[in-house]
Amino acid sequence: MKLYCLSGHPTLPCNVLKFKSTTIMLDCGLDMTSTLNFLPLPLVQSPRLSNLPGWSLKDGNAFLDKELKECSGHVFVDSVPEFCLPETELIDLSTVDVILISNYHCMMALPYITEHTGFTGTVYATEPTVQIGRLLMEELVNFIERVPKAQSASLWKNKDIQRLLPSPLKDAVEVSTWRRCYTMQEVNSALSKIQLVGYSQKIELFGAVQVTPLSSGYALGSSNWIIQSHYEKVSYVSGSSLLTTHPQPMDQASLKNSDVLVLTGLTQIPTANPDGMVGEFCSNLALTVRNGGNVLVPCYPSGVIYDLLECLYQYIDSAGLSNIPFYFISPVANSSLEFSQIFAEWLCHNKQTKVYLPEPPFPHAELIQTNKLKHYPSLHGDFSSDFRQPCVVFTGHPSLRFGDVVHFMELWGKSSLNTVIFTEPDFSYLEALAPYQPLAMKCIYCPIDTRLNFIQVSKLLKEVQPLHVVCPEQYTQPPPAQSHRMDLMIDCQPPAMSYRRAEVLALPFKRRYEKIEIMPELADSLVPMEIKPGISLATVSAVLHTKDNKHVLQPPPRPAQPAGGKKRKRGSDDIPDCKVLKPLLSGSIPVEQFVQALEKAPDH
Amino acid sequence: MDPECSQLLPALCAVLADPRQPVADDTCLEKLLDWFKTIADAGSSLLLLQENPCLVTLLCPVLKPQDLSPRVLAFLLRLAGILAAQEDCFQHLQQGDLLPRLFGEAGPLGGAAWTAPTVRSGWIQGLCSLTQHPSALCFLAHSGAVDTIFSLQGDSSLFVASAAGQLLVHILGLSMQAPAEGHPSLQPAHWPACAQKIVGHIEESLRATATPQVTQALNVLTTMFSHCHDPWTQVLWVHLSPLVACLLEKDPVPAAHSLVDLLLSVARSPVLSSSSCGLWDTLAQTLSRLRASQAGPLALGILKLQECPKALRAQAFAVLLQPLTCVLEATTQAPGLPGSVGGTADAPLTAGMLLPSKAACVGLLCQTLAHLELLQPLPQRPSPWPWAPLLSAAVTILRLCNGSATPTSDTGTHLCAFLAGCVRVQRAALDFLGTLSQGTGPQELVTQVFAILLEYLTSPDSSPTVLKKAFQATLQWLQSSPKPSGGGDLEPHAQLFLRELLPVLPKRLCSPCWDVRDSGLEFLTQTVRRWGGQAGFRHALLASEVPELTEQLLRDPESYVRASAVAAMGQLSSRGLHIIPASPGHPGAQQSLLEELLHILSTDSEGFPRRAVMQVFTQWLRDSHADVAADTEHFVARVLRVASQDLDWEVRAQGLELALVFLEQTLGQPSSSCPYAMTPPAAAPPSLVAQALQPFCRVQLFDFAFRALFDCDRPVAQKSCDLLLFLRAKTASYSDQQGSSSGPDVASLEAALQRWQAGDQGQPLGDLEPEAVVAVLRSLDLEGLRGALAESSDHAEQSPLSLLQDMLATAGILGENEADCY
Repeated sequence: MKLYCLSGHPTLPCNVLKFKSTTIMLDCGLDMTSTLNFLPLPLVQSPRLSNLPGWSLKDGNAFLDKELKECSGHVFVDSVPEFCLPETELIDLSTVDVILISNYHCMMALPYITEHTGFTGTVYATEPTVQIGRLLMEELVNFIERVPKAQSASLWKNKDIQRLLPSPLKDAVEVSTWRRCYTMQEVNSALSKIQLVGYSQKIELFGAVQVTPLSSGYALGSSNWIIQSHYEKVSYVSGSSLLTTHPQPMDQASLKNSDVLVLTGLTQIPTANPDGMVGEFCSNLALTVRNGGNVLVPCYPSGVIYDLLECLYQYIDSAGLSNIPFYFISPVANSSLEFSQIFAEWLCHNKQTKVYLPEPPFPHAELIQTNKLKHYPSLHGDFSSDFRQPCVVFTGHPSLRFGDVVHFMELWGKSSLNTVIFTEPDFSYLEALAPYQPLAMKCIYCPIDTRLNFIQVSKLLKEVQPLHVVCPEQYTQPPPAQSHRMDLMIDCQPPAMSYRRAEVLALPFKRRYEKIEIMPELADSLVPMEIKPGISLATVSAVLHTKDNKHVLQPPPRPAQPAGGKKRKRGSDDIPDCKVLKPLLSGSIPVEQFVQALEKAPDH
Repeated sequence: MDPECSQLLPALCAVLADPRQPVADDTCLEKLLDWFKTIADAGSSLLLLQENPCLVTLLCPVLKPQDLSPRVLAFLLRLAGILAAQEDCFQHLQQGDLLPRLFGEAGPLGGAAWTAPTVRSGWIQGLCSLTQHPSALCFLAHSGAVDTIFSLQGDSSLFVASAAGQLLVHILGLSMQAPAEGHPSLQPAHWPACAQKIVGHIEESLRATATPQVTQALNVLTTMFSHCHDPWTQVLWVHLSPLVACLLEKDPVPAAHSLVDLLLSVARSPVLSSSSCGLWDTLAQTLSRLRASQAGPLALGILKLQECPKALRAQAFAVLLQPLTCVLEATTQAPGLPGSVGGTADAPLTAGMLLPSKAACVGLLCQTLAHLELLQPLPQRPSPWPWAPLLSAAVTILRLCNGSATPTSDTGTHLCAFLAGCVRVQRAALDFLGTLSQGTGPQELVTQVFAILLEYLTSPDSSPTVLKKAFQATLQWLQSSPKPSGGGDLEPHAQLFLRELLPVLPKRLCSPCWDVRDSGLEFLTQTVRRWGGQAGFRHALLASEVPELTEQLLRDPESYVRASAVAAMGQLSSRGLHIIPASPGHPGAQQSLLEELLHILSTDSEGFPRRAVMQVFTQWLRDSHADVAADTEHFVARVLRVASQDLDWEVRAQGLELALVFLEQTLGQPSSSCPYAMTPPAAAPPSLVAQALQPFCRVQLFDFAFRALFDCDRPVAQKSCDLLLFLRAKTASYSDQQGSSSGPDVASLEAALQRWQAGDQGQPLGDLEPEAVVAVLRSLDLEGLRGALAESSDHAEQSPLSLLQDMLATAGILGENEADCY
């Protein structure tokens, strides 16, 4: 059993598990932090960005000044943003049989895999995962395609040149494999390969293993997976949450008795408590708006935004913010808000019961009804006529490199009355803000990450008791900035096995048994003898028939009519041999004796 | 017993004895027992029995206990005990063979009824009551009750088990008094048989291997040494202490908590606190043998003792400080830091105690912090008190909790992992840090204290309760920071701290958690009260958004927050820190704070904000706040009018307080410490008084006060009564000279008051003349009213007669409801 680790990002995993005769890809995360090295794509022409000086080497050589621009001491690539794909060379991806997706954030690299590697298998995911994943991809494609950029920089990627660049460009990994965003056509084609599944549904893969998605409590339709055969069980935990937010609670019990538990997608901000962060978010928002400033919340169009809107729904009246407009701008804003209301069966119990009243499960419906929350596909069009300040704007992309957020950063960045509040934990807010410096706007970092923290993990591991834990190497030591915090790492016995990008892990786990069926007529013919109380043995002569990874013992073909004395004699010769071997059926084979026996029977 | 009760008693006894009757509830039975106890204490029980033979008849059904409910059975056992407490009555009951049947083998003991814990408890309490005289001891000896009590010590019901232990102590005490021949024999072998039996049982239990038995014995001894300080107890301790010492040799020490209790009760006993008993050695040995969490309470107890050898105190203090020493060592570069808390010898041992599990670590630290917090204010606390290391330990713990400490050892790393984010330890450490503000510490430590407090106040991860504690500790530290010599009110670094804190406060006031907003406002109120006059603070506050946000919180959805906002705004306004922002958008839309508070007083649906408004108004009146001083009479009149309509009695009571302040101010009370003190008649010339009463009439203070006098809520009526008495005293001379206690005004006023008293408060009094008021004040029996009000509100309902009537009514015996039932 082997695990091929194609991504080094602990929360955007992409691993391939070879188990029995199957090759299963676990998640397909796309590391978008690479985009932080690029200049933002402004929706409206930005004189500031287009007038940034080109970057030149220390010796004054300016051959890169078309590709690299300098802003407040940082160097950015002036090109269409590119993404860092999972490893494609470590294993032949055309051999992958299935891809299991655990949540919509972990499927963003899917088109790259399904469309360009010769992949011919099936992808399994829950319905909300597919629908919201599609929205995320659609938004991403839209953000990038609507700002066509003629230039595509590639000179800087030359290894010899990259070495001369300042950090972080110098240290960027695998830049040669970075790719531009896929197209909508590729997205559609990739999504067409997905087969929808429901929680606890058992899916047979070639008769060899069974895979089952379990609720993971992190996002709408998010799942952990169980991959099991008759005698082995591998659990794949990715992006799970024990907090009471909108999704169905996490199913922990089904993870029990795993031989191997692959643990990914823990919280990226283990020291921040989501409740405290929501409080921080609300108070900073209120303070800014009270002073006449605007609040910008760079976010994904789905996920935490639902919870934030719910908190604000309860908070705005008490904080006297009822007159402040909330804008949600995304090409998929409308679909996202509406999808959230129709996936009742994937929601937590409280929200499910609302549906029977009937009431919309999320209160943002009421915010929309009362005109407190308005949503627009883009800042062009209706929005520009409705726009009223001070206001709160939720918009993407959280990397601040593309999407409508770029415009608002340019628009509001100059006033210290305004605030940008970072709630998505995927990007370092300092790096995200780098191309906007100098910035007068206030910046608040309230990362809300509801995924498991280390205390919850240690409780979880104590409860489900896996034999072995496998996790990204980042989880086996405290974060570099807080090296003394031994509580911020996975602590389990035996110690967790760690993996890093482009590593192949042999899982410490041997398969010892295989289930074999005995045909009824063969079973009928068996005559067990009790060799000691409670244990009976019977010899079986049968033909082992293997098809589709299922093994069946069938009655042996009727022996052909005895043809002559010689054969019968040999048959009778065999009998004493059999008698000698009989007691050894359950023990080890005495090799010498066995070889001798083989030699005695030259025609076999 | 009064005749009415005597008349009802037979009926009640019949009800109680009748198993078909519904049993009155436990409270009634308890009250009935209390009543019998009072009667028995006041006179002869024998007489009581003779005069009320129904009582004896009542006790008889016990002979068939299966017919009675356990509650009644327990009641009867306890009643018999109360009656038999007097020796003659005991004999009387003995003659009837009643007592053995009640408490002996023939009684409920061992029967089906015995399974009810109530019955077992009643049996013990009955015996406890009757064991007051030598005859009772004989009875106990012959009935074999003592053995039963021994077995009841292990009863499944904790109440029964504990009562059994107490009964043993009681019996032992009584039997030792019985010889009454001076100093008891030094040889327990010469003690009375009953005492010997009990002591023998205790000895046997102390030698037992089963911990529960040891615990029982220790508990009995603890009770005895705490309550009985006769000389023989010393003999007993000398006799038993070797057995107790033997317990210390076991590993682990059994029943450690009970052992600690026993040793401390022995140490506190005035007869025993001499070194001859070897007690100090035992204590010292125990300190070193127990686990840290068990030794903590013992160490605290030792340090609280008035007299105790120095060495033992030092040892106890070291034990108490061990966990903190361990924390300090785990986070400091050098092992054995200079000025460390206590000795360091046992620190590795404690590290072992701290580390096995998070629960143990958290529990031990919280316990230690709580113990030190208890010890610090005591006069007998160890001296010198190690302020600096304690401060340093508290700060370190808080740093470990928020992950900012840098551990220097494995222990530290473990501690860090255990304590990170632990709210319980954070709360305990902040409480302790607050109490440490009373002492002095080196400057750099004080700076660290303010730094960590600021970290907690700023951190979004501080939970609401932790934040509240952090605010409280901050206030304590700010208050204790010394005043700089060159004027000003705050030490420079405290001032700097406040300036850093003020930008944080707005965020807290905007928190989505109401309790955070509330504690932020409380903190603001306190700081403004204390430093509102200080220029630097005023400047920083006015530059912040705090005043404006506070004003906004007057309309908070949470009533507690509104109340705190009212208090804060009142304080800000008193200090001239409430500036109405000139908002160009809404000219003149800003109403004055006074109007806003009056609006809250008259419209807020919750009591807390309205009470807060009344307190603010009273304070404003006291301080002659500018808004009030402009037209005090108008202000008082408006407030009283609204307050008198309020449904919340505290608001009305506070209205009276405000009225009293107004009275004092108008009548020129020279800041007397007692507002109700009689002033010499000559002090107030008649004409002046008449003049002085005019404003009260104008603001309709009398209308309010008289209405309050007949208020259905007693505290309001009491307060009003006091206020009117004060007024009467002030006007005594006036009424003496006028002498006009009649006239049309007076008559109509008196008539109106009578109507009010009868409950019809619809009619207002209308305009009153001072003369009429004075006359009515004289004619009202205010002293009598005050006396009546001073009685508890249920004094009428608590009489035995009403109790008997109630019980009979419940049973339907009084008959009046019988017809209604069908």
